Amino acid sequence: MIKDLDISDLRTITEVIKKTHSYDFTNYAMSSLKRRIVRVLENYKISVETLISRLQNQEGFIEEFLTEITVNVTEMFRDPSFWLALKKEVIPSILVNHENFKIWHAGCSSGEEVYSMAILLKEMGILDKVTLFASDIDPVILDRAKKGEYPLKNMELNEKNYIRFDGATSLKDYYTEKDGKAIMDKSLAQAVTFKKHDLVNGPAFTKVDLILCRNVMIYFNQKLQNDVLNKFHSSLFKYGYLAIGSKESLIWCDIVKKFILVNNEEKVYRKIKD
Amino acid sequence: MTRFKLEKKYKAVVIGGSAGSFQGMVKILESIKPDFPLPIITCLHRLKHVRHGFVEALSLKSNKKIIEPYDKESIKPGIVYIAPSNYHMSVELGNTISLSTEEMVNNSRPAIDITLCSSAHVYREKLVGILLSGANKDGGLGMKCISEKGGITVVQDPKDCVIDTMPKAALSMTNIDHVLKLDQIIDFLNELHAVCKN
Ligand SMILES: C[S@@+](CC[C@H](N)C(=O)[O-])C[C@H]1O[C@@H](n2cnc3c(N)ncnc32)[C@H](O)[C@@H]1O
Repeated sequence: MIKDLDISDLRTITEVIKKTHSYDFTNYAMSSLKRRIVRVLENYKISVETLISRLQNQEGFIEEFLTEITVNVTEMFRDPSFWLALKKEVIPSILVNHENFKIWHAGCSSGEEVYSMAILLKEMGILDKVTLFASDIDPVILDRAKKGEYPLKNMELNEKNYIRFDGATSLKDYYTEKDGKAIMDKSLAQAVTFKKHDLVNGPAFTKVDLILCRNVMIYFNQKLQNDVLNKFHSSLFKYGYLAIGSKESLIWCDIVKKFILVNNEEKVYRKIKD
Repeated sequence: MTRFKLEKKYKAVVIGGSAGSFQGMVKILESIKPDFPLPIITCLHRLKHVRHGFVEALSLKSNKKIIEPYDKESIKPGIVYIAPSNYHMSVELGNTISLSTEEMVNNSRPAIDITLCSSAHVYREKLVGILLSGANKDGGLGMKCISEKGGITVVQDPKDCVIDTMPKAALSMTNIDHVLKLDQIIDFLNELHAVCKN
């Protein structure tokens, strides 16, 4: 964070992207977007003017830029108590009325969350009953999710989370080790459709029974959070569930009236009105 | 009561601390009065998986409202905001808090530099930055940001710190207005209270 970036520079950059490409970052939270763009300027050793000209003229640069500015940090079974609540409350409640159901991971990043879900469902004996969709705006990170290969050194933390989640065996039973990588069992991702999808500008998504959108909307301002919540509302069946990050809140969104908060600690909402 | 010659312009206090700062923080929170007129935005290094108990421990002896804010929560005078475990905490234009899970900075999440720099961008010369005891250099760059934007900078006197790496790093990186012992930091905040009230 050596360089500083004015708010006006930031606005110019987001406007240029909006005009030249299909992405709209104008309603992203300024503080983190600014840090991400400063990081690009530093890594590429370029000025704001050069950045703008590359965004306008250089073929393929927007994809690189997109990968750089999205925050992809994630873990398996992140917040183990949330995953426990899924296992003990949310999924059993869905199962009361539906033998088969659908889950959407919006902003799945490199897929750790998706594999966690598949493991949870497998341990509940219902993996073959569930259709999973996993989407992200960044195709590069989505490819990594599809591959399901993670640095072995990450598995220590993942295993710790899994133990806190009270998993049935050991995470080791779900991957093989090769060349310093953990390769997730292909059978876990069989029922997963990975799809590039932009929550801001993308089309409506198919209807599902459970949406996980954790640690994604924190990168949006309140207006955009409100817009995206509207989209989630229309992508959920009535009585479907929405899980957001444990430090996120939707109380300032208008449409939150059509949801009830069923687990305040883990921030699980349920749609109660169409 | 004008030892530090403070002006009325200040809008927020931001505090950073790491190893050895917890007791100091407890003492600060117990000493400032309930009607302290500015928000106090705090980033202390903490254990990643311990989500609970931190605010409770800080609140034991304090009569202030101390919270771990939600993302986009608005910033209000008199409230103490503590960066939640495993999230960076920033100040956003429009007086709200943003949380983020970006990569660790200085091996830390929450990182003090992020809270301090983002606060400096929003509050500029109206910001008071305080850095307490700590074992790494996090916070140094943040104090530099505050100083460059014209805010006032205070570090805990290295001789008064359990671990002095953090204040020393800040002192080597930028111009620090006041080097104070914990008791003097409390005097400083009381003077700030008197100057900035209503
Ligand atoms: C921090 S990760 C969250 C990963 C996971 N859900 C978790 O909680 O660990 C945030 C993800 O949101 C994605 N993202 C950001 N903006 C998006 C948008 N407009 N549409 C879809 N995904 C987006 C980023 O590419 C990134 O992979």
